[in-house]
Amino acid sequence: MKILLKLVSMAGLMLTIIPSIGVFYEVISQEENKYFMLIGTLLWFGPKIIFKEK
Amino acid sequence: MLLEKLSAHLEEVKEYEREPVPASRWRGFKSFLGMYAGEHTAGTEFVIGPLFVAHGAGAMDLILGLLLGNFLAVLSWAFICAPIAVRERVTLYYLLEKICGKHLTNAYNLVNALMFCFLAGSMIAVSATAIGIPFNIPMAKLTDWLPSGLPWIIIVVLVGAVTTFVATLGYDKVEKFSTIAAPWMILVFLAAAIAVLPELGVKNWGDFFQVAQDKIWTGKPLAGQSKFTFWHILFFAWFCNMAMHIGMADLSILRYAKKWTAGFASAGGMYVGHYIAWLASGILYALFLQQSNENLEFAPGPVAYSAAGITGALCVIIAGWTTANPTIYRAGLALQAIMPKAKTWKITLIVGSITTLAACFPALVMQLLDFVALYGLILMPMGAIIFIDYWLFPRIGLQSNLAAVKNLTFNVAALITWLGSLIACYLIAKTTGLEIFFLGLPGWFLAVLIYIISSYMYQKKWSK
Repeated sequence: MKILLKLVSMAGLMLTIIPSIGVFYEVISQEENKYFMLIGTLLWFGPKIIFKEK
Repeated sequence: MLLEKLSAHLEEVKEYEREPVPASRWRGFKSFLGMYAGEHTAGTEFVIGPLFVAHGAGAMDLILGLLLGNFLAVLSWAFICAPIAVRERVTLYYLLEKICGKHLTNAYNLVNALMFCFLAGSMIAVSATAIGIPFNIPMAKLTDWLPSGLPWIIIVVLVGAVTTFVATLGYDKVEKFSTIAAPWMILVFLAAAIAVLPELGVKNWGDFFQVAQDKIWTGKPLAGQSKFTFWHILFFAWFCNMAMHIGMADLSILRYAKKWTAGFASAGGMYVGHYIAWLASGILYALFLQQSNENLEFAPGPVAYSAAGITGALCVIIAGWTTANPTIYRAGLALQAIMPKAKTWKITLIVGSITTLAACFPALVMQLLDFVALYGLILMPMGAIIFIDYWLFPRIGLQSNLAAVKNLTFNVAALITWLGSLIACYLIAKTTGLEIFFLGLPGWFLAVLIYIISSYMYQKKWSK
């Protein structure tokens, strides 16, 4: 469970940064990037807040 | 009930306020690296980066100035603050009390608390710019000093009230949340900047420097702003945390380090927060200027929102809040040292109210560069006093820790040094026109000189 939560959090961080590189190379749009960043934010904070992971 | 529980919890926390930190509590280099990176990626970064753009910093001046200035700041932590921290292993306040006496330390605490209030106030204002987005309230302009209107005041008061309430409940939870938020915040800064580069005309990485010169850091200040050169940037980067390194406030943190080399861990904060984040927030602001036809409105919230959507606005709110909250708490602690019998939460409430009042005035955000420089300058002489008292006095036959040895509540030599060096800095600025960013360096040497001379004269009465 702990490993799964860590993986979700890491995926959240990756979703925060990687899509912006996609915008730079014109693979995705700026609007799509904003959605990815928001999902990434939820994935990063969600498990840490809900499960009070240290 | 909740307050009682939290107070009891805080009572249990042992922070070694008046004794050296034991070896069992010492920490390694890595923990300081993370701590500094987190602490120096904060709400202020959303203001400082754009202000460099507004002050017409040139691209090469900024890139090199920050590189060197931050390097000098790291050296100051490593060679000035850390060696004393790991030898003494006590807080700044305790060491000051031993050198300057209780009353002068109280005066220092009062000034420190006031500075903390203003710093926290600017961060509440930064958060309020993001919270105000859905209400479409008019934001302050770069040249504004007074509140833009009643809606602005209402939002600031609400943010200030919530921040103060959380601060009265203690520091632990906010600190934990800040630690979680730090890596995310850094990536949001970076991601937002990368994503807007194509809009500025960067189509491949090779274009970056040309676009940076032409459209981001153009070297031309905005209307009503002074011009920043390479030297402004270098000295600002070096001295913006002067209170912490040369001013020795980080003795309280680095006393937990296993070795003095932990001072080099400050590079984590300097090159992530004070380099990447400043450059990134500058890029975002340059795009805002381009899209708004050089509108002088200055609001980090809408700028981050337009670049990174809801995540950007959240980042501004969290960055502002996680900086303002511990700063209010620290201001409360500094005041409590003066009034030890007063309840912590009552003091925090007073501090929060002053902070919120200050936050209503946009001048605090618009003049943040000057304020940060002033903050470092005012507290710097105490760092010079500690440095000389520790390293030089035993070698030239003067008494170190005079207040503790002679049971004084007021070391007159230290007071003369503090006031004397600040008056001298003021006179230098008045007569030569030297800006505040450059005064720290001559000010430190003046403080050293004044402290040695005044101590020779002051300590004569005991040597007779």
